[in-house]
Amino acid sequence: MLDELTAALAGILPADSVITDPVRLRTYECDGLTYHRATPGVVVLPETAEQVAAVVRLCREAGVPFVARGSGTGLSGGALPREDGVLIVTSKMRRILEIDLPDRRAVVEPGVTNLAITEAVRDQGYYYAPDPSSQQICSIGGNVAENSGGAHCLKYGFTVNHVEACEIVTPDGDLVTLDRMDPGYDLLGAFVGSEGTLGIATKITVRLSRAPEAVTTVLAAFESIERGGEAVSAIIGAGIVPAAIEMMDALAIEAAEAAVACDYPRGAGAVLIVELDGPAQEVERQFAQLREICSGAFELRVAAGAEERAAIWKGRKSAFAAVGRISPAYIVQDGVVPRTALPRVLAEIDRLSAEHGIRVANVFHAGDGNLHPLVLFDDAEPGAGERAETVSGAILDLCIAHGGSITGEHGVGVDKAKHMPRMFSPDDLDTMQLVRCAFDPAGLSNPGKVFPTPRLCGEVPGVRKGAHPLVESGKAEQF
Amino acid sequence: MLETGVTVRDPGPDDAVLGMLPRRVALPESVEEVAEVLRACARDDLAVVPVGGGTKLHWGPPPERFDVLLDLCCLNRVVEHAAGDLVVRAQAGVTMGALAGALAAEGQELALDAPFPDATVGGTLATAVAGPRAFRYGTARDLLIGVTVVLADGTVARSGGKVVKNVAGYDLGKLFTGSHGTLGVIAEAAFRLHPLPADRRWIVAVADPPGMAERGPCRVRELAATLAASQAEPSAVELDWPHGQGPIWMSVLVEGAAAAQRAEALAALMGDALRSVRAEPPPQWGAIVRDEVLAEVRFRPSRLTGVLDAVHYSGFSLRGSAVSGRMWLELWDDPGEDKTVTALRGLRERLTALGARMTVLATPYEGVDRWGEVSSLPLMRRVKEQFDPGRRMSPGRFAGGL
Ligand SMILES: Cc1cc2nc3c(=O)[nH]c(=O)nc-3n(C[C@H](O)[C@H](O)[C@H](O)COP(=O)(O)OP(=O)(O)OC[C@H]3O[C@@H](n4cnc5c(N)ncnc54)[C@H](O)[C@@H]3O)c2cc1C
Repeated sequence: MLDELTAALAGILPADSVITDPVRLRTYECDGLTYHRATPGVVVLPETAEQVAAVVRLCREAGVPFVARGSGTGLSGGALPREDGVLIVTSKMRRILEIDLPDRRAVVEPGVTNLAITEAVRDQGYYYAPDPSSQQICSIGGNVAENSGGAHCLKYGFTVNHVEACEIVTPDGDLVTLDRMDPGYDLLGAFVGSEGTLGIATKITVRLSRAPEAVTTVLAAFESIERGGEAVSAIIGAGIVPAAIEMMDALAIEAAEAAVACDYPRGAGAVLIVELDGPAQEVERQFAQLREICSGAFELRVAAGAEERAAIWKGRKSAFAAVGRISPAYIVQDGVVPRTALPRVLAEIDRLSAEHGIRVANVFHAGDGNLHPLVLFDDAEPGAGERAETVSGAILDLCIAHGGSITGEHGVGVDKAKHMPRMFSPDDLDTMQLVRCAFDPAGLSNPGKVFPTPRLCGEVPGVRKGAHPLVESGKAEQF
Repeated sequence: MLETGVTVRDPGPDDAVLGMLPRRVALPESVEEVAEVLRACARDDLAVVPVGGGTKLHWGPPPERFDVLLDLCCLNRVVEHAAGDLVVRAQAGVTMGALAGALAAEGQELALDAPFPDATVGGTLATAVAGPRAFRYGTARDLLIGVTVVLADGTVARSGGKVVKNVAGYDLGKLFTGSHGTLGVIAEAAFRLHPLPADRRWIVAVADPPGMAERGPCRVRELAATLAASQAEPSAVELDWPHGQGPIWMSVLVEGAAAAQRAEALAALMGDALRSVRAEPPPQWGAIVRDEVLAEVRFRPSRLTGVLDAVHYSGFSLRGSAVSGRMWLELWDDPGEDKTVTALRGLRERLTALGARMTVLATPYEGVDRWGEVSSLPLMRRVKEQFDPGRRMSPGRFAGGL
């Protein structure tokens, strides 16, 4: 069946836009979560929205599933291909179509990288606010699908808060524009973060932000995580909303030191990176408050300029890759807890780590309680991988138990679909899937992601039969 | 009252929706009771209109059918205010005023400007009205982090949660925000909060309208653009233009540390416009003054001059954000159905030509085209069919008869 479809695809796309060579197909077998792999049935590289729509229509007619892929940096297996399906890669759709500074917006194709937008407007004093650490390579289409965040989303919000409109190809193969200006349901809000399961974004209008007048970046070194945590609480308590508050523990610092020689203060149990930005006078006042709050730090560094700021961020930004220096293998976890629960949760992670003999390095967006524990193990050691999995899963349970979430920014994908029922009830999940049924009743757009069990569309949920007990007993009125 | 099941009462004149009276008014006191009512309605195929403070009940067309008014006034608990997390969870019937009071006690706020203080959390979400500070903080959907909704069949579903950062599952909160009661009932909501600003200042200035050639060209757009681009970061830039005639009032809000100095800096940018800096909001700040006939205009800020031109002498009063491109049009002296229909049609034509959008939120007149063309309407219909296949939730009250 795929052969016929492949022939049809070749009929509507440029010659070099259909990949069937097994060696080349394999370069698309996974995203950033490399332990889920599948060789796609066929890969297409459309150049226009119309081509994407035509591909989707052919898939629909043939009943073949399709998966969108941007840069493949996703960390939850969202872009994991289907062996029986088509992988639609946006890497040939990289044009910035319009930059409109008076209206603070840019219109881009989905394959444009996150950083490319900022680079296009930086000289004029603007930038695109969401800044995932992968911003040099990840695509804006992937950002929309994952509702990606970044270090600065504490103050500025996530992708969904910065997207004004999306042209999408629906799973029916129609081109439709979802615009915040339109009356009616906020389908744009539902689409952003839907991980490629409601269609494919082919044109994205993002909001541009004015660069702040002043930026002050501070590195504070504390003896312990607890001390650092107290400082974070005090900052929030003082009514300050910094652009970013990041924290790293001793093991994460050790890794960063080994990888990029970031030269953080020796002997720190935790470092806190706090970035204040905004009008100069406001930043100045907040900085004075911050200095006082961080008086318990044994060292406080203040970046004097862009170069020193970059030096402070270097250790933090390299942290994921850096743990490769201190461990042969690792799992990047992503969970969220209410910020005030951080100290308790970190203590419990410590306990889990000791209990299973698995080291955990902690890097996190402390301001919004988004943890990125790096669960370290030696894949040559029998059973270590399983123990690491156990610890990693237990961390998610901790997040749920503390009223948090199983993912703050990396998405559910294939990786966490099985955890969804622990966070949401069957009714919650069924209700979410009503949206899926409206957009994609045939379930062809990135199937198997996000939800552990697909809902059969068209099935009407059961209504309680018979009279309510209170009515029967005469305690309530029937109307 | 829980022991006796859900409280119901007979309707009174205040329960009418555009002249239509329900058969019953239900007063649930818990999410479970909301579900109980909706299950009963499903069983007997009764059509339901949910209501919060009742401030906007006359917005939108009348329902196609109307049996039960679901009054959420008794669902009025602030469930949890986690001040250290800058998060609040509140039931739908809590008024925005009461919520603001509770939050202010801890030095925090929900940075959503409600045009009516009696409006409830649920009603504010369901209508997605935006106020002046949306320029800085976004609108209701941007501050909402979790919801509990009850569907037409009584299913209780949650999405999001009580943490600010969370991408697990679809965001039903966004879908229900602005759905005008047509998808189900918003029973509870969680929001991200902000610290109350340390200080606030308003700059109030007067500018000339378009076409006053003898006094120089209209500089409103230029001023708004300068303010929006300023690194002194105003939270809002509002215009107020009574009757769409005479001088245009411009008010700029500056919030946070050093607000007074920043306001002076911004005032200086405004050149020779007549202006003053004050610590109190100007009259009718963020308000909706009259809403018998009310429309919302959305436009790109660079088209502001065109929008002002279109409104000039239209008889409508204009108020709203020059920098977010979102304004109210109010009709203070109703000239009757024919003239209103014609005026609105003319306005939509001119605004559409600018790439702007006009939605008529409230009007007593059936002849008015409320929504204009909506490109994603077929998808919206499918969403409605999935969530409310029996068309029992505020049927026909929303765009395209949803
Ligand atoms: C080192 C590293 C650091 C990272 N740091 C962060 C971080 O700080 N914050 C953060 O949020 N994430 C981070 N990520 C995760 C990842 O970069 C983001 O999820 C990113 O948005 C994925 O973009 P992509 O183009 O690589 O998408 P892909 O991995 O190609 O795809 C991701 C998902 O999007 C879907 N998709 C792709 N394009 C489209 C489209 N046009 N329309 C519809 N669906 C589409 C895919 O089907 C898939 O489900 C990091 C990843 C790495 C490797």
